[in-house]
Amino acid sequence: MNVPKNMQRKPQILITGAAGATAQRVIERLRETCDLVAVDARIQVPLGDDIPSYCIDFNHRSFEDLFRRYQFDGVIHLGRIRSSQLTRLRRYNANVLGTQKLLDLSHKYGIQRIVVLSTFHVYGAMAYNPALIDESAPMKSAGLSADLIDSVELENLANLYLWRFPELNITILRPCNIVGPSVQNTMGRLLASHRAPVLAGFSPMMQFMHIDDMADAIVLAYNKSVRGIFNVASDDWVAYQRALELSGCTRIPVPSIPPVLPRLILRTLRLQSFPAYLMEFFKYPVVIDGQTFAKEFGFQPKRPLKEIFRFYRDNKRPL
Amino acid sequence: MSLASFLKSRLIPAKLEEQINRIRKPIGSLGYDPWGFNNETFKYGFSLTKPIYEKYFRTEAHGVDHMPADGPVLIVGNHSGQLPIDGILVGYALASREKNPRIPRAMIERFFPTVPWLGNLLNEVGAALGDPLNCARMLANNEAIIVFPEGVRGSGKLYRDRYKLQRFGNGFMHLAMKYNAAIVPIGIVGCEETIPAIANIKPLAKALGVPYAPVAMPVILPAKVHLNFGPPMYFEGGDISEEQVNERVEQVKAEINRLIDKGLAERKGLF
Repeated sequence: MNVPKNMQRKPQILITGAAGATAQRVIERLRETCDLVAVDARIQVPLGDDIPSYCIDFNHRSFEDLFRRYQFDGVIHLGRIRSSQLTRLRRYNANVLGTQKLLDLSHKYGIQRIVVLSTFHVYGAMAYNPALIDESAPMKSAGLSADLIDSVELENLANLYLWRFPELNITILRPCNIVGPSVQNTMGRLLASHRAPVLAGFSPMMQFMHIDDMADAIVLAYNKSVRGIFNVASDDWVAYQRALELSGCTRIPVPSIPPVLPRLILRTLRLQSFPAYLMEFFKYPVVIDGQTFAKEFGFQPKRPLKEIFRFYRDNKRPL
Repeated sequence: MSLASFLKSRLIPAKLEEQINRIRKPIGSLGYDPWGFNNETFKYGFSLTKPIYEKYFRTEAHGVDHMPADGPVLIVGNHSGQLPIDGILVGYALASREKNPRIPRAMIERFFPTVPWLGNLLNEVGAALGDPLNCARMLANNEAIIVFPEGVRGSGKLYRDRYKLQRFGNGFMHLAMKYNAAIVPIGIVGCEETIPAIANIKPLAKALGVPYAPVAMPVILPAKVHLNFGPPMYFEGGDISEEQVNERVEQVKAEINRLIDKGLAERKGLF
């Protein structure tokens, strides 16, 4: 099925998770230099005449038609369904089985470059975590709640293909908290809100990356064919409660001991921005070391923490 | 003037603030480092420790200039007194020295991060989880780290065992050799008498999930503390057997014993 690739044409890239804020920014950066095809399992995103956009479930047979129709050179897989979305089973289908399908098709159609966006959550939040966790640290699926397991499974799959099919040139990125305008993940929602819950007496160290910096990192990663696993984080740190303070949020303490109490409270409240399964991440730090990525890809985040928090402080209403 | 800035102006004199600000620290744009150290909180901690160091324990520090001005250092001493008062006093002695002050870091028990407020507070004043990876990263960052190789064996020992060094772990020596860190030995005299314990209720400690549950008076006695810093010791790296590492650890232990004896000879009374 492989068609010899014309060296003159622009590289053709499949971008998954096109409805997400990160994907939108990656598309902005690549649309001039690459022929893009956008796909999202949730909605069809209008991206103009030059970028075909599809709403397809990866597990659906018609997904392969995209690979037949376009001669993809690379895939940027940003379509991980977050733990706050869908049910566990549907997330497993989308994140794990869907990713497997994507990787299988990539192998079948001779894709030469794949970037997979994972998350720092795979390291797990534990009281015994050392700071500056590097990529060789084990993932802690056993310590994670069932709602985060699919993230680890997705990574395991990508890892398997990374070593089994080196020609796919898979790069897995594990970013810290991605925040900034239009980011709708847990941390983005918390910083954007007027009042944010905290676990009384716990303010773990956190790292934040502006969504524009993250998009730059993904583009850098795509453009340099170095396979492997890389943390993406800046050399700057802040305690969670201080971050809320700087973002103009009023902190609402949730009783933290005994540990069963906050879990019970959060499960009862079912807050989307402070879910029970992420409770440990608001208690213990997961500080990752992004130096390897920074050196290998020449990455330097441009938006400082103060700028990120100032944005949230100044934009409480519009969000 | 806000309440916070009023309190700051009362608690942190300009001279003290200047003293802390001139110490080189690998911190980010908001004053934090990856382990949670916070420059502003440290200033409060430093300010509150001053009367405790000078007035309550009337601490006398000798040989504080043995501490190298920069580069990775492990400050290795005897641990005693149920609470980590010894670590706080050693930290203050080094941060307050006139020439080349340094903010040493401390490795703390794995139990502390699980305690609300206290865990974060300890992190903010420079303590970090006692994990070899943390220690290694800090040495690579050219930091000075206070290490008590006796661990809870030292701090939890009873009054009748005072000034008897317990078994040392070898981890600090491996790290010192790997990162070419200087070992500054220190003999701490006086902390044994701050909270003298006559017994340890092990079942209670187990039930509470704490390292030990001492039977002691619920007060911290104002014993006079003597800190004796020794000259830095350097150990070359290389692939050596654990037996040779043990010998090196014994050398450090012997030097600490000498410094403890010096402190005991110097003191004229317990208080």
